Amino acid sequence: MAKIIVNEREYEVRDGQNMLQAALSVGLDLPYFCWHPAMGSIGACRQCAVRLFRDANDTRGKLAMACMTPANDGTRISIDDAEARDFRASVIEWLMASHPHDCPVCDEGGECHLQDMTVMTGHNYRRYSGRKRTFRNQDLGPLVNHEMNRCIQCYRCVRFYRDYADGRDFDVFGIRNQVYYGRQFDGVLESEFSGNLVEICPTGVFTDKTLKGHYTRKWDLQTAPSVCVHCGVGCNTIPGERYGALRRIYNRYNGEVNGYFICDRGRFGYEFVNGARRLHHARVRTERGAEAAPADSDEALRLAATLLGKAKRVIGIGSPRASLEANFALRTLVGEGNFYAGVSEKEWRLARLALDIMQGSPAKAASLADVARADAALVRGEDVTQTAPMLALALRQSVRQAPLRKAAKLRIPDWDAAGVRNAVQEEKGPLYIASTFGTRLDDAAKRTYRAPPDDIARLGFAVAHALDASSPPVPVLPANARPLVGEIVDALTGAEEPVVLSGGCGSEAVLRAAANVAMALCRKGHPARLCLTAPECNSTGLALLGGEGLEPAFGAVTSGEADAVIILENDLYRRAGAAAVDAFLEEVGSVVVIDHTDGETAARAGVVLPAATFAESDGVFVNNEGRAQRFYSVMTPRGDVRESWRWLRDLALAAGRADVEAWATVEDVDRALAAAMPIFAPLPEIAPPAGFRIAGQRIARQPGRYSGRTAITANVSVHETPPPEDTDSPLVFSMEGYQGQPPSALIPRFWAPGWNSVQALNKFQEEIGGPLRGGDPGRRLVEPAEDAAADYFADVPRHGEPSAGNYLFVPAHHIFGSEELSALAPGIARLAPRPYAGLSPDDARGASLAEANEVEVSVGGWSGRLPVRIIDTLPPGMVALPVGFAGRGPLELPAWGELRNPRDGRGQAQ
Amino acid sequence: METPLTGRIRLDKSPVDLHEYEQTGGYQGLRKALRMQPSEVIEMVKASNLRGRGGAGFPTGQKWSFIPAGEDAPKPKYVVANADEMEPGTFKDRVLMEGDPHGVIAGMIVASYAIGAEAAYIFLRREYGPSAVALAKAIAEARDAGYLGKDILGSGFNLEMHLHLSAGRYMCGEETGLINSLEGKRANPRDKPPYPALVGLWGKPTIVNNVETLSNVPHIIDKGADWYRGLGKTNDGGTKLYGVSGRVKKPGIWELPMGTTMRELLEEHAGGMQDGYKFRGLLPGGASTEFLIEEHLDAPLNFESLQQYGSRMGTGTMIILDDRKCPVAMQLNLQHFFAQESCGWCTPCWGGLQWVEQILRAMEAGEGEPGDIEVLDMHTKRLRMGHTFCALAPGAMEPLQSALVHFRDDFEEHVREKRCRWK
Repeated sequence: MAKIIVNEREYEVRDGQNMLQAALSVGLDLPYFCWHPAMGSIGACRQCAVRLFRDANDTRGKLAMACMTPANDGTRISIDDAEARDFRASVIEWLMASHPHDCPVCDEGGECHLQDMTVMTGHNYRRYSGRKRTFRNQDLGPLVNHEMNRCIQCYRCVRFYRDYADGRDFDVFGIRNQVYYGRQFDGVLESEFSGNLVEICPTGVFTDKTLKGHYTRKWDLQTAPSVCVHCGVGCNTIPGERYGALRRIYNRYNGEVNGYFICDRGRFGYEFVNGARRLHHARVRTERGAEAAPADSDEALRLAATLLGKAKRVIGIGSPRASLEANFALRTLVGEGNFYAGVSEKEWRLARLALDIMQGSPAKAASLADVARADAALVRGEDVTQTAPMLALALRQSVRQAPLRKAAKLRIPDWDAAGVRNAVQEEKGPLYIASTFGTRLDDAAKRTYRAPPDDIARLGFAVAHALDASSPPVPVLPANARPLVGEIVDALTGAEEPVVLSGGCGSEAVLRAAANVAMALCRKGHPARLCLTAPECNSTGLALLGGEGLEPAFGAVTSGEADAVIILENDLYRRAGAAAVDAFLEEVGSVVVIDHTDGETAARAGVVLPAATFAESDGVFVNNEGRAQRFYSVMTPRGDVRESWRWLRDLALAAGRADVEAWATVEDVDRALAAAMPIFAPLPEIAPPAGFRIAGQRIARQPGRYSGRTAITANVSVHETPPPEDTDSPLVFSMEGYQGQPPSALIPRFWAPGWNSVQALNKFQEEIGGPLRGGDPGRRLVEPAEDAAADYFADVPRHGEPSAGNYLFVPAHHIFGSEELSALAPGIARLAPRPYAGLSPDDARGASLAEANEVEVSVGGWSGRLPVRIIDTLPPGMVALPVGFAGRGPLELPAWGELRNPRDGRGQAQ
Repeated sequence: METPLTGRIRLDKSPVDLHEYEQTGGYQGLRKALRMQPSEVIEMVKASNLRGRGGAGFPTGQKWSFIPAGEDAPKPKYVVANADEMEPGTFKDRVLMEGDPHGVIAGMIVASYAIGAEAAYIFLRREYGPSAVALAKAIAEARDAGYLGKDILGSGFNLEMHLHLSAGRYMCGEETGLINSLEGKRANPRDKPPYPALVGLWGKPTIVNNVETLSNVPHIIDKGADWYRGLGKTNDGGTKLYGVSGRVKKPGIWELPMGTTMRELLEEHAGGMQDGYKFRGLLPGGASTEFLIEEHLDAPLNFESLQQYGSRMGTGTMIILDDRKCPVAMQLNLQHFFAQESCGWCTPCWGGLQWVEQILRAMEAGEGEPGDIEVLDMHTKRLRMGHTFCALAPGAMEPLQSALVHFRDDFEEHVREKRCRWK
C-alpha cells in the first residue's frame, strides 16, 4: 500500500497505480478523457491536471497530469489548486471550441462524459468566435454510427480498436485540430468488438446505430441487470427499454467476467426481442392438419392440459437457451426420467464430458478475467472469436502479459500504455492455436497448427505426455506437429499462470486432450487453469440438470412409449436433421411448444404458449465457467406472454400437481431446485431476495429523470396506473424507488450524481478496475473436487487417413449468423455470411471449382448445393460448412461426406 | 580564428569528397577514437563541454553516458543524426551536410563506437535534396573505404549507416517524435521517462544528436577537450554556426567562437540593417525563442547568457524584425506554422494554437475584439512546459509572449483601430 496526499488529506491506496486512478479509487472527482482503466494512460488530453508537490515541504509545486504521475508512497497533489482548476477549465474550453453546441439534439446528450466533465470543470461561457472545424462522416456499417464533428481527439477509440482489440481497419489520420478517426474508406468495421466504441467514446462520435432506429435518452430507459444470451460466456449486460420495446444493450461491468467490454453479437443481437417473429399470443390447433388459430391464455392452457392429461407418457425437451428455472420446471412437470436436454446427441455428450472434466480435473476453471491475466495460452479446437468472442478479446490481452514484465524491468509501470508499447514493440507472449483451419485470433498467436480434430487431439495428448510421462503417449505424430510439442511445453511450463482453452469443435477427443494437458501441468507444479467453451447461454446449466440428449427423446416416441411432448424454448430443426424432427413431431401426437420466437417447431405444435425472453423474465444462467448468474426482467411482457416456468407451473397446477402450488415467484423455483439437487444449493444466495429493500425502498428500474411517467398511458386513461407488480425481484418498474447504489447483483444502470455517462462505473467499484463494491456478482457452482485424483484420459485417437472421395466436413462458426436469436436482429443479419462450402485451394483446383461455383455436398444424411468459398488455411481433405444456418446443411459435424462438381458429374478423389 | 566545422567547405559549396576529406585530416578523430576505450571517448566528449546544438543544449557526453553499457545491455543500440532541420529561420545543419558530409558521418561513427551502436540513421528533412545526394554519396564512399561495415579499420567494431528521408513534419525534430516516425508511426512525441537512451528506436537504447553536434565530435577526439573548450569565448566550449536572416545587408551563416555577441553578429557579420529599415527586435535562435530588443544586443549568444532575459540561444540563427514589418503579421506567420505543425496529440497544443492563430488572423483582418489580447495572454500562461505533452506549444508561446511584452502597443492598436497599419 502507498500513502498518498490529496488536497492535504492522506489516503491509503494499492501500489502500482497512477494518481488519477488512485484519486478516483478513493472516491474523489477528477475529470479525464484519454485515460481508460482497461487501457491505461497516455497523457494526451491534459484534462486531469493537478498541482504536484515534490514533498511535504514544497509549497510551489507544478502542474502535472495525474494520469502520468505514479501514486508512490508520499506523492502529494492538490486537485483543488486554483491554477490546476483554471487549467482544467481551459482544456474544456479548447475542446468546446471545436465541439458542436448541439447537446439537446445530440444522441449522446444525457450520458455524455464530455457534458459531465464540462460541468465538473465549471467552464460555461464561450469566448472562441472562430469557425468550428468539420469533417465528413463515414458509413461504418449497420451497427456503429459515425459523427466526427463531435470528436475531441482523445485517442480512446483508436487505442481500443487497434491496441486493445487488435483491429486493423480503423486508424487515426491527420494532425493538429484535424485529427480524424475512421477507416481508409467507408465500410463495415471489421472488428467483432466495434460496438465498444459506443461506450469508449467520451462523447457522441460513435453511437449505437440500432438505437438510432428507435432512439431513447438514457434517462428515459428502463433498465435492469441482465446476462447476455448469445453465447456461453455469460457477459453481464444492461438492456434498456422504452414503450415496450428493447432499445439497446450496454455493458454491465463484472470484474471477473466481461470487465469493461462486450462483443458485437452481445450488444446488437437484442432486436430479436422486438422482432416480427415474437410470439405474443397463444395459438392452438384443435385437430391435426387444421390451421393454428390464436387463442386466449386460459383456453390454450386448458387445451394443453387436456392433451397432456390424455397422454400415456409425456416427455419434456428442455433448452440450453432457457433459464435454469424454466428447465427445472419442465423437469418437475414431466418427471426426471422424462426430461431430455434438447440438444443434439453429440453436443450433449460434449457438454457432459466438459462438466466431468471441470469437476474431476485439478485445474480450476478460468473466468474471462483469468484468461486475460494468463501469460501463456493454448487454444484448441475452435475459432473462439466466432463462438465465444469475449474469450478471444481476453486472449488478446493475455499475450500482453509476458511483455509487460519486460517493461516492468525497465521500470515502466503497466498503466503507462505508450511507454509499454514503445518498450515491447510488437512482442507478444505465448499463445498457441490448434484449429481445423485459420481463426480470427491467429494474428495474435505465436504459432498455429491446422489439422482435423483427431490430430488436434493427438497434439494435445502429446503435449500432456511430454509434460507428464504417466499420461498416455501418442505413437506417431505428424511431422509438422512434432517441433510444436516441445515449444508448447516450454511456453506453458515457463508461465506463471498458464491457461488451456478448448472448444470441442465437435470432438470429444479434443476436450479429453485439453483435460490431460491441464492436469499434467497441475501435477507437475504449474497450476494451470482450464477454460472450456459452452455453445449457449445456459448449456452448462442444462448439463448440470442432467438427463439425456435428443435422440433418446425421439426414441421414446418411436418406441411408442411417449405420445406427448412439451418443447421448451427450442426449435428442434436446429438440433437434428429435418427428416428426424418431422418424423418425431408427426409421430408424437400432442405437441406443446413454449417459446418466445416463432419457428418451424412452433409451426407444427398443437399448442403454442408465448414465452418471455430474457428481457421480460427473471432467472439464472450458468456460463461456461460454471458461474451461476441472475438476470432480471427489464420490461413487463406484452400480450399473453409469461415466463416459461410460469406456463409450466400453470400446466402442472392444471394437472392437479400439489408440489408446485408453492411456486409463486422465481425464488420459490430456485429454492425447490436447490433442495432437489445439491449442486444448486447456493442458488437462493446468488442475489438479494425479492424482499430486499434499501431504506424501505425497492431498486428503481427507471432513472430519477424518467420522463412521461404520468403521460405514457394517458391515451388509455388519464389516471396514472400503478407500476406493474414484480414479485420476483427487489426491483420495481418505476422511478419511485432507490436510486443509489444497490448490491452489485442488482445494479440497474451506472449513474452517480455528476456522472451521467458509463464512466459513472468508477463510483461502483471498490477500486478502479477492481471488483464492484461488495464483490462481483455471480457464484461459481462447479469447482474441482478437493481430491481431484482423476486418471488421465487414455483414448488417444488414431490419425485418420481419409478414404478416396471422402472429405471430413468440419463446422465453421460465425459470430454473426451462427447463433439463433441474434441472427434475427436486422443489423446482425446483414453481417451474416450466406451459406457456403469451404474448400482448400488444392481441393478446389482438383475439382475444377472456383470461388462462388456451386458444389454438390452430401454429408450426414443431408445433401444440397452450396456456393464454394475457398479457404486458404483449410488443410486439403476437409470441407468447412457454416454452423447454424437453419435448414442448410447437416447438424452433426465433424462427419465424413462427399463433394461433387455438378458440372462435370464426377466425384472428386483426393 | 579556427573554424573546424566549416573550414573544409569549398568556396563553391560543393561537397567535400572522401579524398579531400582525408587529405585535410579527415577521419583522424575516428582512427584515434577506435584506439581508445568507448568509455574514454565518452569522458573526452564530457570534458569538452560539448552541448547539443539542436537548441536544447543538453551536454552531449552526459547523454551518451546514459546508454546502458556492458555485456548485459540491451542490443542492438542505435545512433540517430537529427537532420530534420525544420525550425523556422534555421539553415545551419544544411550547410554542414551539403558542404562537408563526411564530417557528419565521422561524428556518427565515433558516437556509435562510444555507445556500442550497431546501426546509425540519418533522419533527413525531405526538402534537403542536395544534402541527401551528398550524404548518400559520402556514406557509399565511407563504406567502400572501410569506415563503415564490418570490422571498421581493423578495430572489430561494426556499424551500418542508413539515410532516411522524413515525410516532413516539424514534430520529427523532437527526438521522440523522430523515433516514432523512424519506426513508421505517427510523429507524436513520447512521454519521458523512459528516455530514448533506455527505450528508444524499436525499444532499444538510442542516442539522437543534432547534425552540428555530431560534426564537432571528430575534432574533439582529434585535438582534445582542452583545445575544444578553448575555442569558445565563454564557458560553453567550441565554435557555433550562427546565422542571421531578415532585412540585413548580408544575411548568412558564420562559424564563430561560442559566445559571440548578437551585436557583433548583426553589425559586423550581417553588415547591419538594410538602408531604410530600423531594427526592432530579434528571435535569437529560431522561431521558438523569445524576442530580444536593442538593449539586449551586447549579450553573448551562448546557452546560459540569454536566460536572464527570459530567452535562449536555441539554434543560434537569428531572425530580425524590422520597423516596416507588422509584428502581429509576423506573429500570425509563426503561429500559423506552429498550429499547422501541432501533431494533434495534446489538447492545449491542438486546441490552443489554432485559437491563437484564429485571433491573430482576425486582428490582421481588422476584426480583433476587446478581450482578444487577454486570450492570447492566457495561452502564453497555459501552454507551458509540463502543461503540454511536449515542447512544441511552449516553444510557440515564446515569441508570442515576448511580442506581447515588447510590441504590445501594436497588438492593442490592431484591436482599437480595427486595422493593420502596415497594410
